[in-house]
Amino acid sequence: MQEASVQEAHVHAPPQGFLRKYVFSLDHKVIGKQYYALALAAVFTGMILSWLMRIHMVWPNAKIPLLELFSKNGAPGGVMTPEYYLSLLTMHGTLMVFFVLTNAPFAAFGNYFLPIQIGAEDMAFPRFNMMSFWTTFVAWVVLMLAFFIPDGPPIAGWTEYAPLSAVGKDAGPGMEWGASLWGISIAIFCVASLLGALNFIATTLDLRAKGMTLMRMPLCTWAWFITSCIALLAFAVLFPACILLILDRHAGTSFFIPGGLVISDRLQPHSGGSPLLWQHLFWFFGHPEVYIAILPSMGIVSHILVNSMRKPLLSARVVIYSMMSIGFLSYMVWGHHMFVSGMNPLSSLAFSFPTLTITIPATVLTLIWLGSLYGSNLQINSASLFALGFISMFVAGGVSGFFLAQPSIDIYLHATYFVVGHFHLVMGVASLFGVFAGTYFWFPKMTGRMMSEPLGKLHFWITFVGAYCIFMPFHYLGLIGNVRRYQSFVDDFMAPYMGWHKFVTIAALITGAGQLVFLYNLIYSRFRGKPATENPWNATSLEWSIPSPPPWNNFGGKHPIVYHDPYQYGVKGSKGDFVMQDSPEQVVAASGD
Amino acid sequence: MGKLLAIVLVVIAVLSAYPIVTHMFVLPEDISTHGRAIDQQLHDTMLEAGLSFVGAQIVLAVFVWGFTNRKEGSPLKSFPGGAKVAVIAAFVLVGTEVLALGVMGQKAWAQVYFTSPKPNALQVQVQAEQFAYYFRYAGPDGKFGLIHPDKIDEGNQNYFGLDPANEVEARDDIVSGELVVPVNREVQLLMHAKDVGHSFYVRELRLQQDFVPGLDLSLHFTATKIGKYEIVCTQLCGLGHYNMKAYLNVMSEADYEKWLKEQAAQ
Repeated sequence: MQEASVQEAHVHAPPQGFLRKYVFSLDHKVIGKQYYALALAAVFTGMILSWLMRIHMVWPNAKIPLLELFSKNGAPGGVMTPEYYLSLLTMHGTLMVFFVLTNAPFAAFGNYFLPIQIGAEDMAFPRFNMMSFWTTFVAWVVLMLAFFIPDGPPIAGWTEYAPLSAVGKDAGPGMEWGASLWGISIAIFCVASLLGALNFIATTLDLRAKGMTLMRMPLCTWAWFITSCIALLAFAVLFPACILLILDRHAGTSFFIPGGLVISDRLQPHSGGSPLLWQHLFWFFGHPEVYIAILPSMGIVSHILVNSMRKPLLSARVVIYSMMSIGFLSYMVWGHHMFVSGMNPLSSLAFSFPTLTITIPATVLTLIWLGSLYGSNLQINSASLFALGFISMFVAGGVSGFFLAQPSIDIYLHATYFVVGHFHLVMGVASLFGVFAGTYFWFPKMTGRMMSEPLGKLHFWITFVGAYCIFMPFHYLGLIGNVRRYQSFVDDFMAPYMGWHKFVTIAALITGAGQLVFLYNLIYSRFRGKPATENPWNATSLEWSIPSPPPWNNFGGKHPIVYHDPYQYGVKGSKGDFVMQDSPEQVVAASGD
Repeated sequence: MGKLLAIVLVVIAVLSAYPIVTHMFVLPEDISTHGRAIDQQLHDTMLEAGLSFVGAQIVLAVFVWGFTNRKEGSPLKSFPGGAKVAVIAAFVLVGTEVLALGVMGQKAWAQVYFTSPKPNALQVQVQAEQFAYYFRYAGPDGKFGLIHPDKIDEGNQNYFGLDPANEVEARDDIVSGELVVPVNREVQLLMHAKDVGHSFYVRELRLQQDFVPGLDLSLHFTATKIGKYEIVCTQLCGLGHYNMKAYLNVMSEADYEKWLKEQAAQ
């Protein structure tokens, strides 16, 4: 009785009017789609920026006509300047890490499906939820403004290392207002993420339907829940860091700026700060952020694999505990970004061991996925292809972590393309494979229409092969000492290797263009796709027990009761080889063995 | 399509390993005394990481090949041993791997950072600034003049902000745009940043160390081969970052002394 009353306290009236329905909606499903749309806008912007950078790097004198219209200073005559390359690099990283990898797998899908999967009508705090999205939106607008101010975007990279980022216009183009916009944008983003994380945690703990014990929650809900706990601690540290950065820039404080610096022939009016403080604060956020990006995808992939294999994982409990230990360890490893930063070399040892230790839960997860495939009845579709691709990419990006976790090797590989290859594969591509898998899997639920399977498969092949072609060569180039964040390599030992960079650029152009297939599929299927049934994948979790798309209050005012965990596949159920979570029927093993 | 995925996975695993196995990309020649341990560590890690990568891709391929589009009614099977095997394998295999790599790697790290420079090491002060390096030798008196940031005057080539008018120690300091060192003699770098963060990276020395504004760091090495090697900045330092480089010039002891005399005469 008490549970029901808690749930009813959060019910809001059906939305009325265009604004309340589609813009300032309190409905977690609309908010989830809004996050998805924002991530989509950000990912295509970020991708085009990477195209421009790749083209400039291998053909430094190439004229890109539209670029001059976009930025006269950055590309006079259409030829990109070295500093504009750095501006684009900063914006690419910031957009991708914050507005894509945090928004899409976590905020977008989490918002849409977490409440439904636990049987709730909405989030615990719908108004907070609306605020988190619109605050994120403001953060995005503030960041994008940097493109349109005369100064241009900042050139200090997405990590905005101080004192370069803290001293203002003396540090170079983009560092006057561009860098301030960056700091303000990220501070706002932190507030939004904190609101969102709190909401996810409260919803998961308070609004579960009757019978939905924690261990009966689907693995993706678990992943979103663990991610929220990580995000709560991580963004709570990045937020003050950004505030201190803004104060250094505009209020004359010296948190990150030591005395005696002469920049652009001017003795800086600061003293007493520490550049390493910024690095510690930033990476205390920055490393957990990697797991904020990848954990939701691990959950989504596990959820989809179970469905595609038509049998449970070897152990869902082990998957949950592994994700928890990854989350816990993620706070003890930030120093591995700083092995050669000048911090005490002894602490490098202290950070190296936990970093290497993370490999253990990550390997457990991989072995569980692989072992579960054995003896399954694997169904191949776009969603499961991307889920399988995720495993491949996660391993490919993960093994290079072995190298970088060791200070003695990092001393050589730090700041080379080896690092670029590593984090793009594991944090970028693997995480996005989770998002793609989730999109193909849940699109029917979200829109009531199926996506085109042939186009989805075409998208998979282009992306899967393309991503390997782009990011594998980066590791090799790193081995010969190819330094990152250089706009071109025209006059040094890299000259004989430029063929590889050209190969990567061409692969990036093709793979990027391949994403248009996805975009087309998304838009076409939204309007013309085959109508979807309630449960097109014969899945067990609660989102498949309601109409596609779900009504505004999810369960039509009813309170679902949960009888099973979501892994009842390969059994004799009344509807086939599965039993849904809210079905009271007894589960009978299918093969009788 | 499962079979196609399996084939592609194997092809990717083989193609990815090919450039490594055939040594298409090799590290530049090592010219340091500590580099051998780093190279060995990298080699061992490559072996373990490479085997894990290829092994996992092939297992994934085999399972995808074997368990897609199975005949109607084929019974589901469970991996023998289940989750327990996965957990034990991860702890035992990866745990030992990680411990072994971690412990062995510390030795290589210790060679660079946990040994003090010998008392007779050649001290050179390096100043990194947007977008150049300057190297200062103490001169015959063996003492460096102090740095006065307010006296820095690039136009008059006073890059370090020295005050020779008032300080005797600063008068014989030698400032060079190239790091000239004698072969087989230990060098201690005193690293100073003038403006923002920079880095000192010499591939052949297997050395990389950031310059931290406000925090002067010490780094030591011994170069074992005569030649000219590139020093590049690896810490994003502003618009000319890609252009920030200098050279390490390793000379015979005699050539080095000669160079020093020439510089002092200027």
